[in-house]
Amino acid sequence: MTYPDFNQTIPIDEIGVNERVARLNSRSIKKGSKVQALKLALSMIDHTTLEGSDSPGKVRQLCKKAKQPYPAMPDLPTVAAVCVYPRLVGIAKQELKGTDINVASVATSFPSGQVPLSNRLDDTRFAVEEGADEIDMVISRGAFLNGEFSLVFDEIAAVKEACGEAHLKVILETGELQTLENVRKASDIAMHAGADFIKTSTGKVSPAATQPVTLVMLEAIRDYYYKTDKMIGMKPAGGIRTAKQAIQYLVLVKETLGAAWLNKHYFRFGASSLTNDILMQIVKQETGQYQSLNYFSND
Amino acid sequence: MSNTETKDVPYKPTSPNSKLDFASVWEYAPAPQDSDFAEVKEKYDLFIDGKFVKPSKGRYFKSTNPANEEVITEFAEATQKDVDKAVKAARKAFEGEWSRISAKERGKYIYRIARMIQERAREFAILESMDGGKPIRESRDVDIPLVAAYFFYYAGWADKLEYAFPGKQPEPLGVCGQIIPWNFPLLMLAWKIAPALATGNTVVLKPAETTSLTALKFAELVKDCGLPDGVVNIVTGAGQTGAEIVNHKDVDKIAFTGSTKVGKLIQSSLAGTDKKYTLELGGKGAMLIFEDAPIDQAVEGIINAIYFNQGHVCCAGSRLLVQEGIADKVIQKLKDRLATLIVGDPLDKNTDVGAINSKEQFETVNKYLELGVEEGADIYQCDCKVPDNGYFIRPTLFTNVSQSNRIVQEEIFGPVLTVQTFRTAEEGIEKTNNTPYGLANGVWTDKGSKIFKVGSKMRSGVIWANTYNKFDPTSPFGGYKESGVGREGGMHGLAAYIKN
Amino acid sequence: MAEERIDVKKTYKMYIGGNFPRSESGRTYKALDSDGNLLANACQGSRKDFRDAVKIARGAFNGWSSRSAYNRGQILYRIAEMLEDRRDQFMRELGPIGFKTAEAEADINASIDRLIYYAGWTDKYQQVFGSVNPVASSHFNFSMLEPTGVVAAFAPEKSPLLGLVSIISPIIAGGNTCVVLASEEFPLPAISFAEVLNASDVPGGVVNILTGSREELSEHFSSHMDVNAMCYTDELPSDMKKLIDENASLNVKRVVKRMIKDWYHEDSQSPYFVTDFQEVKTTWHPVGF
Repeated sequence: MTYPDFNQTIPIDEIGVNERVARLNSRSIKKGSKVQALKLALSMIDHTTLEGSDSPGKVRQLCKKAKQPYPAMPDLPTVAAVCVYPRLVGIAKQELKGTDINVASVATSFPSGQVPLSNRLDDTRFAVEEGADEIDMVISRGAFLNGEFSLVFDEIAAVKEACGEAHLKVILETGELQTLENVRKASDIAMHAGADFIKTSTGKVSPAATQPVTLVMLEAIRDYYYKTDKMIGMKPAGGIRTAKQAIQYLVLVKETLGAAWLNKHYFRFGASSLTNDILMQIVKQETGQYQSLNYFSND
Repeated sequence: MSNTETKDVPYKPTSPNSKLDFASVWEYAPAPQDSDFAEVKEKYDLFIDGKFVKPSKGRYFKSTNPANEEVITEFAEATQKDVDKAVKAARKAFEGEWSRISAKERGKYIYRIARMIQERAREFAILESMDGGKPIRESRDVDIPLVAAYFFYYAGWADKLEYAFPGKQPEPLGVCGQIIPWNFPLLMLAWKIAPALATGNTVVLKPAETTSLTALKFAELVKDCGLPDGVVNIVTGAGQTGAEIVNHKDVDKIAFTGSTKVGKLIQSSLAGTDKKYTLELGGKGAMLIFEDAPIDQAVEGIINAIYFNQGHVCCAGSRLLVQEGIADKVIQKLKDRLATLIVGDPLDKNTDVGAINSKEQFETVNKYLELGVEEGADIYQCDCKVPDNGYFIRPTLFTNVSQSNRIVQEEIFGPVLTVQTFRTAEEGIEKTNNTPYGLANGVWTDKGSKIFKVGSKMRSGVIWANTYNKFDPTSPFGGYKESGVGREGGMHGLAAYIKN
Repeated sequence: MAEERIDVKKTYKMYIGGNFPRSESGRTYKALDSDGNLLANACQGSRKDFRDAVKIARGAFNGWSSRSAYNRGQILYRIAEMLEDRRDQFMRELGPIGFKTAEAEADINASIDRLIYYAGWTDKYQQVFGSVNPVASSHFNFSMLEPTGVVAAFAPEKSPLLGLVSIISPIIAGGNTCVVLASEEFPLPAISFAEVLNASDVPGGVVNILTGSREELSEHFSSHMDVNAMCYTDELPSDMKKLIDENASLNVKRVVKRMIKDWYHEDSQSPYFVTDFQEVKTTWHPVGF
């Protein structure tokens, strides 16, 4: 594979991106296509808890919700994965045994990544040994913003190696990258360095995922696919709380990358409260009545 | 130019048509705009002197919905006697009540129109889409909001005109005959009527015969606004009605938007008279995409440039000129983007490309599609679904074309793009300007100084740099060369309606 | 007693592309003084002379319109300087065609002042008549003026110097190039003025002056497809007026009619005469990071 010169910047016009997003947001998703989208979105969720207060109990609860999002409708799809800190991977793995729900873990000293690379690799190996199917790593934003692109590249490649069989999602933390051009560049570095997914945010920095940033990343994935025939996945994370937002993201994916990406193998939502909003909307579509959160378990 | 032997080699893309599949997995269900509340009468009369009146010869003509070929309503055909009546009413209003009203109050009437359009925006949008075939997304998000914005903008000018014309005492012209096209029916009406009223003129306006509905709805609104009788008169009919307006002795000014062919006829008809005129005519806009352009946004810009309003846009970017090194990449992306365009029911909120405005235009565009193939060009169309009834044409692009091809030279006024390449900026500019038209052109590059240089060399009234097909009431619009005379919009648009 | 000296008379030719050619047709007509005596044989310009002049004016357009406004102002000022320097020549030229001394002086003074008036406008009309437009979207939008292109003009018939200067100055101040038909009855001052132009820094081809007949040339002035605007300031016979308008429609030529009877009147100079030959160009660009 030939690597692009990461010192070259691919120009991106912010207003053009915003206009494209606005146009995509004008899609009107109704009736059957709405229900289909809601179920699809549900199946793409990385149901996440990333708090200092997380405990084995909380993770068990989370896993139950993942397996059975809404007991009154047992035929609903399950979420794609449960995402936890490395220390809790074992618990999640145990709880999800026998399902096809993956366990994802944020390794590499999430969310800052500000420890030596060796520690981050240890963190990664630990999570994988505990049974993580997917690793969400953070890139070194400081190094990136300093122009040390090969350092960023090498670190990602090293983590990828440490992942072994586990899938690697690379968090760009776009809220710290300042420009869409940087988002594009970080996406290109991550994909070329071995990312299976690229992901917007840790959720700990504002702004987290936005649609313009997501569109730029999807376009980077498309260009990478044009060039290499390799499909890279996309995961917006943080700030996606409503079913309406989720559907807007699906429209972005559908009209940028097409049908092949519209599944949990290539698209994920990193979210915690999104699940219930989607469930409420599904129930509303089924019953015709607007719903209250009181009727949905808050796990 | 040194590379004369290579520069006219037609571009043939070598990239695959598409590697992506946009069709399966998840389709959007139909999302029709609820249209029950938009009332359409069986028949519309002429609006003269504040009243709806029957045409003197009692003739009416049918108007059809181009998306399903069903008759929507009937419009009165105004003949010489009716036009004369309208001009007399406009003259009486001009010399009477309208001139006595202070500029400030005149402005307030126009503000009132703007507000009432905002209130009834959705209704107007629905009717515009039904009558003309344009997607509701555009009539709702572009046409009608702009209509209100134009009235709002010009309303404020009414009592500030002396600031627009330093050293002059601006005076109105009198009775303005205005003839508008079918591509942006109500918006073109706003472009004409708003500045005319702001400057103190009265008007006799003729909408296009295929799209008169919103103009007559506007007449109802004018009545509701309490505008003095005769200030705005709307007469419907075809070319002959327009000719009656142009040739009427007591009309002081003609404002026309339409084809260059008809514009020249009008200019010629006015020969020897001292009537003022402004003409907004055809175009064959080029888009120059440089290698350092933001390509994904450029592709989106191209889509907006040529497939907006089915390509029924005088300033459409119908010629793509792409720098050689990125041509394949741009075309591949363009083809993928074409695959996601939804063609169909104009009243569906998800429709991107609606119906061709009329049978006549449908045939014209199809003729050009055949011609392009005959000329040896390679045609590419998206394989989107298209309704069985109605006048629909798939978004089209032609590669392997030469500058001399008719599809490159002539205004098609449909969703048809031609693709050529260039090597140097000079060559791109030369191809851009190699046309009798000069309405709008686009340039895409990340380099600021190049934008200014290329922009200043392009001979056209509008330059869209890293964007395309943007409109705003504050922004003057109009052509160089055969694309017209005069400007509409902005401060400069006022000049068309005051004495020299 | 010394032998009476035979003075050397000037041959009046036309002014095209910075040269003084005769008409390609070889035709001349008689320019007479107010008593009907022959002053000189003026060239009777033909359609081919006009064609050549337009070609040259088109060729000069890119260069002239690309000059900085400051530079164009300096060049117009330079024309004024040259005219001032040659006032005696024009005194001699205007006298025989009916100008009393004081009138001739006033005419020359006003002509010089008019050049200076428009020299001053070159770098100001853009500021007065251009605009920055506050569009509602995230775009920077501005309108500027650009010259229309090649202008064909009939110089005023009854004001052979001041009228001529008044019509040429605003056209070239705005970056256009032109082909001007001199006063048919009084063609000679126009050719002398061409000498002034030639002695100043006006690039060849920016101003081209033909002499000849309106009746003959109006058809070609108005129908040439590479002329962007046509201008006149006298009342024309109605059939000529109509012909010009009709022909103008062949290529949507701008027809600028400013009926000016008194070239001393304050209304006979205006920045609007500059904008008559300008096109408004509006540029949009996104505003973002």
